[in-house]
Amino acid sequence: MVETTTRSKGQQWVLSFPALAMFLGLLVVPLALTAILSFNAFDAMRGPLEEYTLSNYVEVFSDGYYYELFLRTALMSLAVTVVCILLGVPETIILSRMRPAWQGAFFVVILGPLLISVVVRTLGWSILLAREGFINNALSSLGLVDRPVQLMFSMTGVIIVLTHVMLPFVVISVWSTLQKLDAQVAHAARSLGAGPFTTFRRIILPQLLPGILSGAIIVFTLSASAFATPALIGGRRVKVVTTAIYDEFLSSLNWPLGAAVAVLLLIGIVLVVVGSNRMIERKFKQVFA
Amino acid sequence: MSNRSIGQNGPTALVFHTLFTAFIVAPLLVIILVSFSDKGYISMPFDGASLRWYQAMLEAPELMSAFWLSVWLGLGSATLATAVSVPAAIAIARYRFIGRDALTALLLSPLMVPHVVLGVAFLRFFSLMGWTGSFTALLLVHALIVVPYSLRLTLGAIIGLDRDAELAARSLGASRWISFRRILFPLILPGVVGGWVLAFIQSFDEVTMTVFIATPGTTTLPVALYHRVALLTDPVTTAVSTVMIVGTMAMMFILDRVVGLDKVLIGKK
Repeated sequence: MVETTTRSKGQQWVLSFPALAMFLGLLVVPLALTAILSFNAFDAMRGPLEEYTLSNYVEVFSDGYYYELFLRTALMSLAVTVVCILLGVPETIILSRMRPAWQGAFFVVILGPLLISVVVRTLGWSILLAREGFINNALSSLGLVDRPVQLMFSMTGVIIVLTHVMLPFVVISVWSTLQKLDAQVAHAARSLGAGPFTTFRRIILPQLLPGILSGAIIVFTLSASAFATPALIGGRRVKVVTTAIYDEFLSSLNWPLGAAVAVLLLIGIVLVVVGSNRMIERKFKQVFA
Repeated sequence: MSNRSIGQNGPTALVFHTLFTAFIVAPLLVIILVSFSDKGYISMPFDGASLRWYQAMLEAPELMSAFWLSVWLGLGSATLATAVSVPAAIAIARYRFIGRDALTALLLSPLMVPHVVLGVAFLRFFSLMGWTGSFTALLLVHALIVVPYSLRLTLGAIIGLDRDAELAARSLGASRWISFRRILFPLILPGVVGGWVLAFIQSFDEVTMTVFIATPGTTTLPVALYHRVALLTDPVTTAVSTVMIVGTMAMMFILDRVVGLDKVLIGKK
């Protein structure tokens, strides 16, 4: 094994200086300024004031509106995560059983949309989900519904579209664990008399669990931070944390309050990521080893 | 060994797969079809197709200027991001030092920080600095948020590279710079180019952060599309979207040729 890293003489900081300077100046400083802004007082006539106060956080924590907002966002993200796993895991297993040529083609079809702007994907869904849209037309011509189902500006609609946006992430993370799966163990189970269902539940699923969980974390956090989809599909009827922050900054112009909500969203997401990574590492040490 | 040995796809699996693929493709297919309609409202083109909405798009100055702004923004930010990520990737891949993990985490952090939070932070920062409405400022922050994509693909190219050729060059008297330019850089070029293309796509598509800081003079195509769709869904928006879908597919083709799409999308390490 050739040593591929070099003992440092300081060159590493010269090499990473441009990136580091960029990130300190354009990421750390603006985030710190936002955190400070969230402690600024606000006056409806004069805008943000130079005095410091906890009142923005007190308002968020004492007002039932914000409690509901965060709860709605969490439940929405949870629903998207569950649906994504229920659809994405079987699909990834099906993909893994295909011939390589088909596999490659369907990978492009299923993962390609990741690279297409989320506004474009959401626009496609708003055409499909509209009151006079294709889904309602199909449902009524099949005689399944008497009057159009309200999908636009509903939580159901937002969950459907976010599921579409997030599914590729589940496929990617389950696929990478599936690559490490030892097919011999499944074979052994089958030859010892286990049925396909038992083999899946007792042998394959436990091995896939780390991939499913890491996919779930990605889907949950990206759903909680999604903006364009809840804004365009949910509209004013289904408000989530991100759209509330947007309104606070660009309509109500109460920047300090909006900054407080943004800081809480960031803290929430960091806690979810760090917390669940800890849990996964503890629980699956033997799998990764 | 192939994973096919864990089982075969039965009829149920194939039905599921067909429905799944239809679910994924449906919204994109609908957009492309509707964009060729000749009606003044959202409809299928089967009883009358035309290119009138593409004509309308070309004649909408705000969409055309947003398109060109997004192109220049993508080119500039992807190039800047690549320029800072390549040396940083070399530092991370080739040196052991205190703070290495923290540096990597910092440079990848735009993937985790919600773009709404970044939008808010840049809105505040720009207004304090007097940068509101500046294209250069927009380009700098776009470069920042696409650094992770460029960094990951470049790192992927450097890690797992044999150092023998480089060490041979150095021992034969080549300077650090010569050995980088003549040996290392050509070897990692596919990863660097792949990272650049992916960074361009991510900058071109970005909407959540940009919607906070875009001004009438710095409105990108996704932001213009967002504002238009928020008001009404007219066939022009589907024509713009079709152009974006076709453009992305062309970029995907390039990515596949240069680095392999599986590497970009699945991120094999």
